[in-house]
Amino acid sequence: MFELIIQNPISSALIALVGLSLLFGAVLGFAAVRFKVEGNPIVDQIDTILPQTQCGQCGYPGCRPYAQAIVDGDAINKCPPGGQSTINALADLLDVEAPQLDAEHGTESEVKKVAYIREDECIGCTKCIQACPMDAILGAAKQMHTVIADECTGCDLCVEPCPVDCIDMIPVETTFKTWAWELPSINPIQLIASDKHQHTGEAA
Amino acid sequence: MALLNITSPHAHGPLSTSQVMRLVLYATLPGAFTLAYFFGVGVFFNLLIASVSALAFEAAVLKLRNRPIGFYLQDYSALVTAFLLALSLPPYCPWWLVVVGSFCAIVLAKQLYGGMGLNPFNPAMVAYVILLVSFPIPMTQWATPVTLDGAHAVSISEAINKIFGGQAIDGYASATVLDVMKQNASLALEEIYKSEPLLKSGYFASAAWEWVNIAFLIGGLFLLYKRIFTWHAPISMLIALALMAAIFYDNGSSNSGGSPLFHLLSGATMLGAFFIVTDPVTSAVSKRGRIIYGAAIGVLIYVIRVWGKGYPDGVAFAVLFLNFAAPFIDYYTTPRTYGHSKARIVIAKEKEANK
Amino acid sequence: MNTPVTSSVNSMIKVWEIPGGIHPPENKTQSMQLPLGSLPIPPQLIIPLNQHIGAPAKPIVQVGDKVLAGQLIAAADGTFSANVHASSSGTVSAIENFVLPHPSGMSGECIVIDTDGEHAFIATDACEDYLAVERLTLLDKIRAAGVAGLGGAGFPTSVKLNTKSTQKIDTLVINGAECEPYITADDMLMQVRADDVIAGTLLLSHILHHPARLVIGVEDNKPKAIAALQAAVKNARVTGKDSVIEVVAVPTKYPSGGAKQLIQILTGREVPHGHHSADIGATCVNVGTAAAAWRAVRYGEPLIDRVMTVVGESLTTQRNIDVLFGTPINYVLEQHGFDASKASRVVMGGPMMGFTLPDLRAPAIKTTNCIFAPSKKEAPTPPPAQACIRCGLCAEACPVSLLPQQLFWYAQAEDVDRLQAHNIFDCIECGACSYVCPSKIPLVQYYRAAKGSIRHHISEKEKADRSRQRFEFRKLRIEKEEAEKEAKRVARKKAADEAKALLLQKTAEQKAAAANQPLGATEANPVLAVPQVAAVVTALAKANSDQLGFEEQKARLERILGAAKNSLESARAPLVPKNLEFPITEEQLVRQQSRIKQCELKLAEAEKKLADFLATSAPAAEDPVAAAIARAQAKLSLSPEEKLRANIESLQARLIKSQEKAEQAKAENSPTANALQLGAEKMQQKLAEAQAELAELELFNQKQKTKPAVPAQAPISVEASAAEQAIEKAKAKAAALANMSDDEKRADQIQSLQTRLQKAKERLAKAEAENDANVEAFRTAMLNLEEKLNALLNP
Repeated sequence: MFELIIQNPISSALIALVGLSLLFGAVLGFAAVRFKVEGNPIVDQIDTILPQTQCGQCGYPGCRPYAQAIVDGDAINKCPPGGQSTINALADLLDVEAPQLDAEHGTESEVKKVAYIREDECIGCTKCIQACPMDAILGAAKQMHTVIADECTGCDLCVEPCPVDCIDMIPVETTFKTWAWELPSINPIQLIASDKHQHTGEAA
Repeated sequence: MALLNITSPHAHGPLSTSQVMRLVLYATLPGAFTLAYFFGVGVFFNLLIASVSALAFEAAVLKLRNRPIGFYLQDYSALVTAFLLALSLPPYCPWWLVVVGSFCAIVLAKQLYGGMGLNPFNPAMVAYVILLVSFPIPMTQWATPVTLDGAHAVSISEAINKIFGGQAIDGYASATVLDVMKQNASLALEEIYKSEPLLKSGYFASAAWEWVNIAFLIGGLFLLYKRIFTWHAPISMLIALALMAAIFYDNGSSNSGGSPLFHLLSGATMLGAFFIVTDPVTSAVSKRGRIIYGAAIGVLIYVIRVWGKGYPDGVAFAVLFLNFAAPFIDYYTTPRTYGHSKARIVIAKEKEANK
Repeated sequence: MNTPVTSSVNSMIKVWEIPGGIHPPENKTQSMQLPLGSLPIPPQLIIPLNQHIGAPAKPIVQVGDKVLAGQLIAAADGTFSANVHASSSGTVSAIENFVLPHPSGMSGECIVIDTDGEHAFIATDACEDYLAVERLTLLDKIRAAGVAGLGGAGFPTSVKLNTKSTQKIDTLVINGAECEPYITADDMLMQVRADDVIAGTLLLSHILHHPARLVIGVEDNKPKAIAALQAAVKNARVTGKDSVIEVVAVPTKYPSGGAKQLIQILTGREVPHGHHSADIGATCVNVGTAAAAWRAVRYGEPLIDRVMTVVGESLTTQRNIDVLFGTPINYVLEQHGFDASKASRVVMGGPMMGFTLPDLRAPAIKTTNCIFAPSKKEAPTPPPAQACIRCGLCAEACPVSLLPQQLFWYAQAEDVDRLQAHNIFDCIECGACSYVCPSKIPLVQYYRAAKGSIRHHISEKEKADRSRQRFEFRKLRIEKEEAEKEAKRVARKKAADEAKALLLQKTAEQKAAAANQPLGATEANPVLAVPQVAAVVTALAKANSDQLGFEEQKARLERILGAAKNSLESARAPLVPKNLEFPITEEQLVRQQSRIKQCELKLAEAEKKLADFLATSAPAAEDPVAAAIARAQAKLSLSPEEKLRANIESLQARLIKSQEKAEQAKAENSPTANALQLGAEKMQQKLAEAQAELAELELFNQKQKTKPAVPAQAPISVEASAAEQAIEKAKAKAAALANMSDDEKRADQIQSLQTRLQKAKERLAKAEAENDANVEAFRTAMLNLEEKLNALLNP
């Protein structure tokens, strides 16, 4: 009987294949369990990429909820503070095509801004303090408030609630520490991807 | 007063890319004239057709890509490619062969990859291999050197008839020495040397070819002197080739692949060593990398020449193989940066970066 | 103690080689034709507070103060800073932002001195024998003199010399290599002030606890400087502890003058990545710095001037000068016959590493070793970059063995991770790669930009992480507050419920007992016992409410139910006369009936309570989330009509409440009365809106009903279309914004300002009417808005 099974090409092949698949399956299964890499949950990875301004321009109460929403299938182009670079990074992470920023949620501002309270006009209503998602405004009722500039993300959520309109969003100044050269601009060498840019005239 | 505001340095070396390319063109001239001396005006026809068609193709593609044509034509890179291709094609081959070759080199191998500096394979060698595989017969028919008995110089009208009209010419078509070696693989070296006129009349290796190779060597040494490239790739290639020949010389028996000198001065060895292997775009970058790159090409040339079944010479194939391997070689030969204890493990860091 | 020094023999000293490097044309003869010169004192000195690496100094003079040359005008702010002194005598005319010598052309705080031309020096404190002084005092003297690295970086020298106890310095390298083309300032200094350099070297040797090797590295293209130094070494007075000063001629090759490169050449050691040279036992100090340190200690001279090369074909005079810090560059250029039409650019520093000056009013500072004003022929505008042909010349030229072309690709692609993997931060920006590049690619600019963007990325990342933490902490805090409030509320409710239940149970039991017991006994108890028990139970319940679990509550309710059943049973039991002498009276029967009824009621109540509890509390206790979801779903499943109705109901309830509150506040004459009244009014308005909406919806629904074809989808489509409309509106707005011309944008801005102004006015009026304390603030806000509006309207 055994010999018959062995002799028969079909049954022997079948047995060999089934045996092999079982073996490799077992090995792979073992490896999958034994060498499992504890990956960063995708929500955390997305959250890391988002700019953490917690401005809510995406329509979610903060960056992490938006990260969760992205995992649940929301679009990745709803973050104006992050701008195109964030969208690109997200697209890279999620392996999808990078869309343009959704203008419905706002436009990317070229300069980073921080809130500034004109302190002699502040009446100490604490409304901005409650609005600040970063706890970056210091003050108490009937006391003058001030913004901790280092912690301000420039979300401008504090501007609207102010009853005396004493909060300005002022651009962050470039200092000698933050200044850097820009990439060379006049550059006839271009990557293939930029072929779509039209060249006008001969060599620059 | 319009003062420039640009980053340092404010001084630049004298060498420019166009200049490099021009010097390479000049350096091919001794080889070209020697070829023409032995094989006649056909060489110049090849150079002319290749140059014109290569520039035309380059200009056409640049136009399609909306690039400044003048700016890019002035770097002479298309001309260099055309010269190298023309010098490796047999004289008196049909004109369309040269044009197809130029097309393959400029359009397929160079511009489609993004133009100068971005092509992974040597354009001239890609074109040569495509032609060799597609049109094996015209690609292996070389004229008999004029110095041999019974051969005569081909006149211009004859050449035109042959190139543009497809007519046969007298004394045309003999195989190169490498073909001879291949066809007579069963004989001992001495017997081949006795029987073959090409080999018999040679001083060091074979008639005509030894001089052509020496001429290219001179051109190469000129470039080396001008510091257009470093010695690492060409010299390591020549040494590797010679070493292989020495190891498998086998005292000139029927198993022998030929003497080291024979290999160094036959076929496209010197053209390859100083004009193809030194192409910076497609070769490894670091010094160590270039030594490996050159040596591997040398070994492969010998392997293809002696043990390969199909093709007599192996320079083009060997170069293309190593073009493939160049990024890989670069990867493992990155130099140790100042202040870093080990040669940097870029791989590990890149893996990290990929995460 | 002092012994004559022995001179070193140069040829015996081993010199290591650095990888890469280039040999650009030296161009050092032009500026060495003339002797070291000096300039007339400029009418105005602009002295920046930050001429060094580290924190800017703090000004200690006021505008209008008279200062003497060498007087401290700004004190170092912390250890990592340097003092700034007046370079000449005069009056402080301003302390304000002024353009600095920096490639960005940005401004920084400067002290401007209108000079009086007398150059009167402040009294200084000389020190004859530094060996008699504490090392720390010597460091203080150097710090007080404001000595910072004159080689180019401007590192505060006292910080560099104050090595950690773990760092044993065995080699002191004095850097006289000066490898940059054109610059000859150090060459000149070594020739004319060789004694100061040697004395300084010995001083530093003393401060650094006598390193085993004292090496002065000078490139072999400066034979005069080498000879001068060697002569000075012979004449110098050294202590027995000092090692022999070696003056080493190093092969001329750019960039051998980099501190790390020179240390490598002279010792063969490399400074490990992320470390300082002191970690490998070497300290490198520029010759000028050594001389300045010596003068600071010996004569108490603060650092107010330096040797600087003025060179370039657009000048008629090319030479080295002693320049006072704060001298405007255009003044220096004027004094050297600068022809602006000839010049292609003005560079501070040398041609390899210097930067172009966007504004020539910038002053010379401690790190200004050269002003290079080349003609257009000398430094032509660079041609446009060609393609990289991977020739590898850059990799060959790189003194730190990087792969410049790889870095170039990654910099173009802004691939931050790979740039770091290829050690971009080890790049010293020497420019050798750009120099040799046949395609004239501005490689160094790519690296600088890449480094900047990487730093930016890193700081952004740090800030984002911090922001996340803060935000999460805030969320946690708010949640905790909410949870506490909620817990309190629940606890209160529970306690009340339980007390009630217990009370009921007790009463029921009492009553049941009373039913079974002689009347006299029953009558006595409930009156007395029940309130007491209830109070105790309430207290207990309050105390325990937090710990009570669901099971316990359930069990309790079940017990109550059981008790109620029992009492009913007992109440229903036929009346058996306890005493035959007392027959069952009519009255007793009636009482029993009522008791039974009562017990039945209690039972029903208990049953209901248990059922309710099981229905509501059970899921809530087990899974609040699920409950919330269920509630939300219930809400969702409501039709829009129902939703509106619910909304209206809740609004009505809120309105009533707020009206009540307002009434109360009014009655109490509370200051919040007005606000509350306003709130109530708002609420009313909202209510009206909602009602109107409801009416509309009902009308719509009726219409829909008349069209039976689409009965079910109607509400959904309404909702969907509403959402779509909103989206459309927002999109249109965004698009409009994007397409708007500047004028339109302005108009938009004006409109929004006008609305804001309107609002502000209303607010102000209200505040005035109410005599609010903040009237003034509101008024300024309004005025500000008006001003803004006016500015926009009349640009």
